[in-house]
Amino acid sequence: MTNGGYVLGGYLVVFGSLIAYVVRTLLRGRALSKQVPPQDRRWM
Amino acid sequence: MTVPEHTGSRATRILGALTLAGFAAVLVLALVVSPPDQVQGDAARLIYVHVPVAIVMNLAFGLTAIGSVGWLWKKSRWCDTLAAAAAEVGVVFTGLTLLTGMIWGRPTWGVYWTWDARLTSSLLLFLMYVGYLVVRRLPADVDVRNRRAAFVALLSFVDVPIVYFSVEWWRSLHQSATISLNTTMSGTMLFTLFVSIAVFMVCFAWIVIHRFRVAWLEDEVEASGLANAIAERRAEAFAR
Repeated sequence: MTNGGYVLGGYLVVFGSLIAYVVRTLLRGRALSKQVPPQDRRWM
Repeated sequence: MTVPEHTGSRATRILGALTLAGFAAVLVLALVVSPPDQVQGDAARLIYVHVPVAIVMNLAFGLTAIGSVGWLWKKSRWCDTLAAAAAEVGVVFTGLTLLTGMIWGRPTWGVYWTWDARLTSSLLLFLMYVGYLVVRRLPADVDVRNRRAAFVALLSFVDVPIVYFSVEWWRSLHQSATISLNTTMSGTMLFTLFVSIAVFMVCFAWIVIHRFRVAWLEDEVEASGLANAIAERRAEAFAR
């Protein structure tokens, strides 16, 4: 693959960043959910 | 009925599963099935991530603008929370648009960065929405904070069409619109690109729903913290 380093680097940046952001968001959601009464976190 | 201590639901689980399966398909299509470009070679495979994240970026800031109008018009907390969630996700996708563009630029233009109209207006967009997120964190009454944020969001949204049309309005190193009726892309490449765009949109919906719920919970915690502080002050005053 020509320019393989750039291609793989680009894909790693995108998927690595998205995974990190999703994990951070889900963990924050779990932490906050414990502080909020159940009636205030009934998702539609 | 027990309420789970997380931001997931049946809808998000379906979207999450679709996203993961979709990304697996995109990787196979983009890195294995799709042929290299006649001019750019394998570097052109970056189009399957660069263009979709750029489209999602526009979608995110469009949602932020709609949510902001919703707040200014109806004073809807739901709209403001949607605007905040979409803006943060939009900033992430703008950052990815800039980074993938820079990585693609090096093998095709010979440089990671140039002060080209498309690149400069995209960087400005990123900075303006980072500013939006900063405005949301400034200490202020909720109504004041939301109104300020809505105005900043609508002002920032002006840059979205400027970014899109920058390649037509000014001389630019950046290529013109990738998807058009006159496209010269092969069928497999075009198919891969459309699949990738669709999967990134599903991913965006998945992340925004979770981020919306996190933002809603943040407001709840902040409001309950404020209520507790007021109650403590009152108790102290009565005790004297």
